[in-house]
Amino acid sequence: MNHKVVPVRTYLLIWAILICATFTTLGIAFLDLGPWNIVVALMIAFTKMSLVVLFFMHVKQQNNLTRLFVVAGFLFLGILIALAMSDYGTRNWLTPGRMW
Amino acid sequence: MSTELVDRVDSPVNYLNATSGWKSWLFTTDHKRIAVLYLISITVFFGLGGLFATLMRLELTTPQGDLFTSDTYNKLFTMHGIVMIFFFLIPSIPATLGNFLIPMMVGARDLAFPKINLLSWYLYIIGGIFALTAIVMGGVDTGWTFYTPYSTTYSNTFVMPAVVGVFIAGFSSILTGLNFIVTVHKMRAPGLTWGRLPLFVWSMYATSLIQVLGTPVVAITLALVGLERLFHVGIFDPAIGGDPILFQHMFWFYSHPAVYIMILPGMGVISELVGCFSRKRPFGYSFIAGSSLAIAVLGFLVWGHHMFVTGQSMYASMVFSFLSFLVAVPSAIKVFNWTATMYRGSVVYSTPMLYAFGFIGLFTIGGLTGLMLATLAVDVHVTRTYFVVAHFHYVMVGGMVFAYLGGLHFWWPKITGRMYPEAWARFAALVTFVGFNLTFGPQFMLGYLGMPRRYHAYAPEFQPLNVLSSAGASILAVGYAIPFIYFLWSLKYGEKAGNNPWGAKGLEWETTSPPPTFNFDHTPTVTGPAYDYDNREKEEGGEIG
Amino acid sequence: MADLDTTIEGHPPFLQHHFDDLHQQLDSSTLGMWVFLLTEIMFFGGMFGAYTIYRTMYPGAFASTSRYMEPVLGGINTAVLICSSLTMALAVRYAQIGKRKLIRIFLILTMIFGIAFIGVKFSEYYMHWKEHLVPWMDFQYPEHPEFFHQAQILFCFYFFMTGFHALHMFVGLGLLTWLLIKNERMSFGSEYYTPVEITGLYWHFVDIVWIFLFPLLYLIGANK
Repeated sequence: MNHKVVPVRTYLLIWAILICATFTTLGIAFLDLGPWNIVVALMIAFTKMSLVVLFFMHVKQQNNLTRLFVVAGFLFLGILIALAMSDYGTRNWLTPGRMW
Repeated sequence: MSTELVDRVDSPVNYLNATSGWKSWLFTTDHKRIAVLYLISITVFFGLGGLFATLMRLELTTPQGDLFTSDTYNKLFTMHGIVMIFFFLIPSIPATLGNFLIPMMVGARDLAFPKINLLSWYLYIIGGIFALTAIVMGGVDTGWTFYTPYSTTYSNTFVMPAVVGVFIAGFSSILTGLNFIVTVHKMRAPGLTWGRLPLFVWSMYATSLIQVLGTPVVAITLALVGLERLFHVGIFDPAIGGDPILFQHMFWFYSHPAVYIMILPGMGVISELVGCFSRKRPFGYSFIAGSSLAIAVLGFLVWGHHMFVTGQSMYASMVFSFLSFLVAVPSAIKVFNWTATMYRGSVVYSTPMLYAFGFIGLFTIGGLTGLMLATLAVDVHVTRTYFVVAHFHYVMVGGMVFAYLGGLHFWWPKITGRMYPEAWARFAALVTFVGFNLTFGPQFMLGYLGMPRRYHAYAPEFQPLNVLSSAGASILAVGYAIPFIYFLWSLKYGEKAGNNPWGAKGLEWETTSPPPTFNFDHTPTVTGPAYDYDNREKEEGGEIG
Repeated sequence: MADLDTTIEGHPPFLQHHFDDLHQQLDSSTLGMWVFLLTEIMFFGGMFGAYTIYRTMYPGAFASTSRYMEPVLGGINTAVLICSSLTMALAVRYAQIGKRKLIRIFLILTMIFGIAFIGVKFSEYYMHWKEHLVPWMDFQYPEHPEFFHQAQILFCFYFFMTGFHALHMFVGLGLLTWLLIKNERMSFGSEYYTPVEITGLYWHFVDIVWIFLFPLLYLIGANK
């Protein structure tokens, strides 16, 4: 399986989007959006990561196997964080009203 | 009889004698030689771990702590655990039988990354040297589980070299898994679809997935422990805001799947043995293959069952308990399938099959007691007692070690070109079986009666069962020693083996014993399903498809 | 490409013996690097997970640490790494079409960006050290003494996470050096550009880790 040669323009476009996203995320951080700050910041980070993975790392051209491995990594990481948080998040449920 | 895959039947040139000299071994990239290097290394560590176990059982013959101080005893069980788990069980079947067989079973000349394979062995040795350093300098006493803050702040033993050793050995494990995954995906011979793979390969693939996903987490966990010890910061120290339970979450996230790294290869071996010695295709091939993957995935969801009494949230504990019940299902599916394979098969009671029988029975006992431990309300009483010790020795020794011995006997003629003496081998299998049950059976009762684990002294009423257990251990030691002796003996005096002494099906049996360096002279083409057995008497060689 | 189908009989020099052809070699090497990156996701992810838990446990302490971070510096560093990813991707592209001089230029540019990143990072470390924020070097937290221990833990994670990231950058620089040397000695081209491709994958991954580190460590609390 041969990788098609990606045009330089595509790489430059992705680079430009990534730079803009970086400054956007920096700018938004100085606004007070309460709990949404972290959500927006992570959403932008995910988008940037997806662009790097799909275009710079050629996953867009690749078969499903590679994508499966990438998704699997995040899935299992998610399991670690989610199930561990389920412990911390529910420890004080026996005492009504407190989270920690 | 077909030898189309190998031009010369009784070729004197094979991977063992093709080149000679220490450099040709220490700088080899041949997966078969690397497997032999691993075989020797893990045998050494097994002996060391066994030595620690012997000392422990000697101490436990009497209720008083009269042979060792409690500090020394703590070091003994710690080092027994570290050596046996990280330097014997985790690498055992993957690094020896897996390395040796997987390329042949998929019809390849070697693994995908032969140099990385050699690197993996060197990392194992370097990790082992660090662990040995910790042992020789005075030992570690934290338990193989390295619970904090004892391991990070309060223990005065050689924790650093121990965690460094385990960290490095972890990378050895990761690289082995990575190699197997890429090999199975990319290097299968023409016609060898996933559905035609031997079940041993399926098991090894599932094992490799766990190795690759889980080991890095224990690596970072142990790195944090090391950094905390080095810099005296308080990541896991509750006195200054750290959370010791966080350590346990991160540690067990790996260490529970680790037990599936240990058992899945054994299950793969049993699938091969039961098929061959029932002269029948393993029943429910796709269920056995699928259950390997199911165990790998589900195994990542259950780690909290090691933490039921630590202060973990009761609600999380209930979730973990339920998920732990689920993971027993695919294991049970395998046991049913093996049994169904034997039904109406022509069972041959060769030594590998004896070990397979032992595995099926003992693993079932270990697995069922595991279900008892997964039950939250029972576990609260029997955790930290000998019940747990007995449970995991039933699955690890009665399961895994029996599978390892069975596999070693089965593939010994292929690896060395020699047969072992069958009568002595069967005798040793029986001795091992008796010794094992005598050692660990009483421990279920001890645990249930309340004897705590990791204690060098105990209440006097526990002595009779402990004496039985120690007596069993001495018999078990004999059971291990006999194969060690006759395997070595067979290298020089054993009967020369043909290509396929068992009449088994599989690409590895289509080549010479021992195989040539590049396994096959012509890449095989697979045209039919695996395990094309019928119920005739064993035949020599045989084509696939 | 006909060349990629060459079998072992008509053996190109960069085909390793155990592979059947160059397709299989490239495919296997690429999959191998992805599996390795998977392990890196779990390695860094473990640290991210622990950090997330402590952050949620100690929101007050965490908010107090944000004033010691320089979001603008972090943002510049992020941009620097993104530029290095661009030059790396271009180096891989030119390796694919065999333009040795351009490969050399873009590999060197990638390294320059990488070194610039490390320079900025280490200057930040120096500033933190001068402000007594390095946990094992006379850590002091006079503004909020009630958060002393918790802030110390959070700074531990800051240094470990960025430290492991920087370590991976150093390894990346080493790989790039090796590629530069290899580029002089042999001709990369459509037949064989595997080492450049997989080094690229590694480098982009290290960039991605930073893409997540930046908002988590620098940006939260920046508005306070």
